[in-house]
Amino acid sequence: MNGWSALDHFLRTDPRDVGCDQAMEMLHVYAELVASGEPADQRYPGITAHLHACGPCGEDFEGLLAAIRGGAY
Amino acid sequence: MLVRIAQGETARRGPRLRITGPELDDLAYQAAADALVAITGKIGQFRGESRFTTWAYKFVIFEVSAKIGRHFWRHPAVPLDAEDWDRLPGWFGADPARQAEWGDLFAALRRAVDCELTPRQREVFVAIVLNDVPLDTLVLHLGSSRNAIYQVLFAARRKLRAALAANGYLPDDSARGS
Repeated sequence: MNGWSALDHFLRTDPRDVGCDQAMEMLHVYAELVASGEPADQRYPGITAHLHACGPCGEDFEGLLAAIRGGAY
Repeated sequence: MLVRIAQGETARRGPRLRITGPELDDLAYQAAADALVAITGKIGQFRGESRFTTWAYKFVIFEVSAKIGRHFWRHPAVPLDAEDWDRLPGWFGADPARQAEWGDLFAALRRAVDCELTPRQREVFVAIVLNDVPLDTLVLHLGSSRNAIYQVLFAARRKLRAALAANGYLPDDSARGS
């Protein structure tokens, strides 16, 4: 992505974005769906939109997914 | 178990952090201890929508995040209120060879930041975009919450994109509601 498209991507907002509080409230459910190959993005499109746009929440999601996939059950 | 998850998470994030060795391990132990307190306090809120372990690990991840944010608040790489606009093209990976092209775009963006944003939106945009301050660190600096700062930045992004689209710098797709 060059400067133009990266800026365009950063400034775009998705009206489905639920924000940090709602996304983090359901993060464990969402992460488990993703880990089991279920279409989490179809069930929770607002959380998917948020995790794509919010760096810290996206990082928390990746961390939880790694913990689940690490065989920690 | 919680310590193992915290250590895994600090190790996962470690390469991107300027925290290593005993300090990183200490952060993991503190995160696990604080997560245990959170889990104990919220256990009545567990509704069985996921495995218990997944729900519990979430609090470990949150505590690791919070502690990393606090670390960078205490040891900022740049002053939180600095304002170096020359960093802007680099933040967006602009190719220096095409300076004439993106020079106008970033000048327009700077004008929009100055003219369109509220003081709070401007403060958040400058800290996160120009100064590369982690959002969780800014939350501590401003005594706010992650959601509140995200919403400020969300509104700022929408305003800036609308301003740039209105002036022909970005495609106008307001009909799509973005």
